Amino acid sequence: MTTPALVLDCRGKRCPLPVIELARRVGDVGVGEVVAVLADDPAARVDVPAWCRMRGQEYAGESTAAGGVPSYAVRRLH
Amino acid sequence: MSRIGPARPVYLDAASGTPLHPVAREALVAALADGWADPARLYGAARRARLLLDGARQAVAACLGARPDEVTFTASGSQAAHLAVLGALAGRRRSGDRFVHSAVEHSCVLHAAERHAAAGGSAVAVPVDRLGRADTAAFAAAVAAPGTALASLMSASHEVGTAQPVAAVAAACAEAGVPLHVDAAQSAGRTALPAGWSLLSASAHKWGGPPGVGVLVVRAGTRWLSPLPADERERGRVPGFENVPAIVAAAASLRARLSEMDAEAARLRPLVDRIRQTVPRTVPDVEVVGDPVDRLPHLVTFSCLYVDGEALLHALDRRGFAVSSGSSCTSSTLTPSHVLEAMGVLSHGNVRVSLHRDTTAEDVDRFLAVLPEVVADLRATAGVTGL
Repeated sequence: MTTPALVLDCRGKRCPLPVIELARRVGDVGVGEVVAVLADDPAARVDVPAWCRMRGQEYAGESTAAGGVPSYAVRRLH
Repeated sequence: MSRIGPARPVYLDAASGTPLHPVAREALVAALADGWADPARLYGAARRARLLLDGARQAVAACLGARPDEVTFTASGSQAAHLAVLGALAGRRRSGDRFVHSAVEHSCVLHAAERHAAAGGSAVAVPVDRLGRADTAAFAAAVAAPGTALASLMSASHEVGTAQPVAAVAAACAEAGVPLHVDAAQSAGRTALPAGWSLLSASAHKWGGPPGVGVLVVRAGTRWLSPLPADERERGRVPGFENVPAIVAAAASLRARLSEMDAEAARLRPLVDRIRQTVPRTVPDVEVVGDPVDRLPHLVTFSCLYVDGEALLHALDRRGFAVSSGSSCTSSTLTPSHVLEAMGVLSHGNVRVSLHRDTTAEDVDRFLAVLPEVVADLRATAGVTGL
């Protein structure tokens, strides 16, 4: 997977906060670049892909970051 | 003189529990006076209780398209589903240990599946599409696999309202020789029930009966073995002294519901459509979920982006509106609704609105008038406006 241009540490934040953080910061990376959202709230697994669909961004999959925390990759498309 | 004060509270959570039907109230009061004794005993008061219980069983059987000896009363819809699933799996142990169910079944069915898996059996969850409908081909393939003992598919989703393809799945089950359990909790008394099931479970307080009564129907010829300690009540299927007055009220209200079912569905369906069509126009960034057409007549669900579901419920409650939510912050386990998760739709800011026979068009219009401001206030407070 592409190395993320930006990593958002949302550990300990409950939904919808990780998605809000993603929406606030996605503009900080260039079009085609990837934002990784580190989130331990299980709702992020549902809500990050759903946000991408609603906002026309690309959900680029889940991986595991250091410490076993799920990381959700989002590619900025516009 | 104008009246100032809080408006009449509006209850829009019929899918959790429906207000008591007036017929149920009358029957309950009468049966408390006449049906309090132990129906298993051999004296006058006991015989009166037995007659009331038998009459209720006949009425419920007729309403559900079953024979009276196939119908048993449980303490809840959840208990009925537990007994349907675990009893059928136990009865079919020699045929296999695979339990196939949709990913969006009520948690009581999923918990029964967990129990089965913990005891060494296997459980297979069939995925659903974005509308929440089980994949018929995948379901048919799953039940055709060797060793399948039982399948479970609800009549319609309790969270998003989508009707499930029960007829097609029942045909696949019949082809494979696998009994099908249908959880009809949200449909009984609201829509015509699907055919082709071997076991059916339902819950009286969803149709306007009192809480504390579930119905378990096991078709004659279906193998079933109680997963509970032996008890002679309810044909050995449900332990303990029957709650005769509540059962009588449940039966009376189911019969009343059936007589008004089509008219009520025709009245509520346009109100649900009004919510489905209005909310996306008046509230920015909302996703209305579930099938827009092939669905329950009384229930609608939507999710509001960037809004905390618990805060939304509290804000609506302060305005006098009772609704429920599948958002994680509103569950005791802090996990999002498995239904919304299986559908792949937004789980936060989720609201389920469910209507009943006392719901008026004015109630719905008041809700629709208040909602945009409530959501806008929450978004402004969280600083997420314009994201």
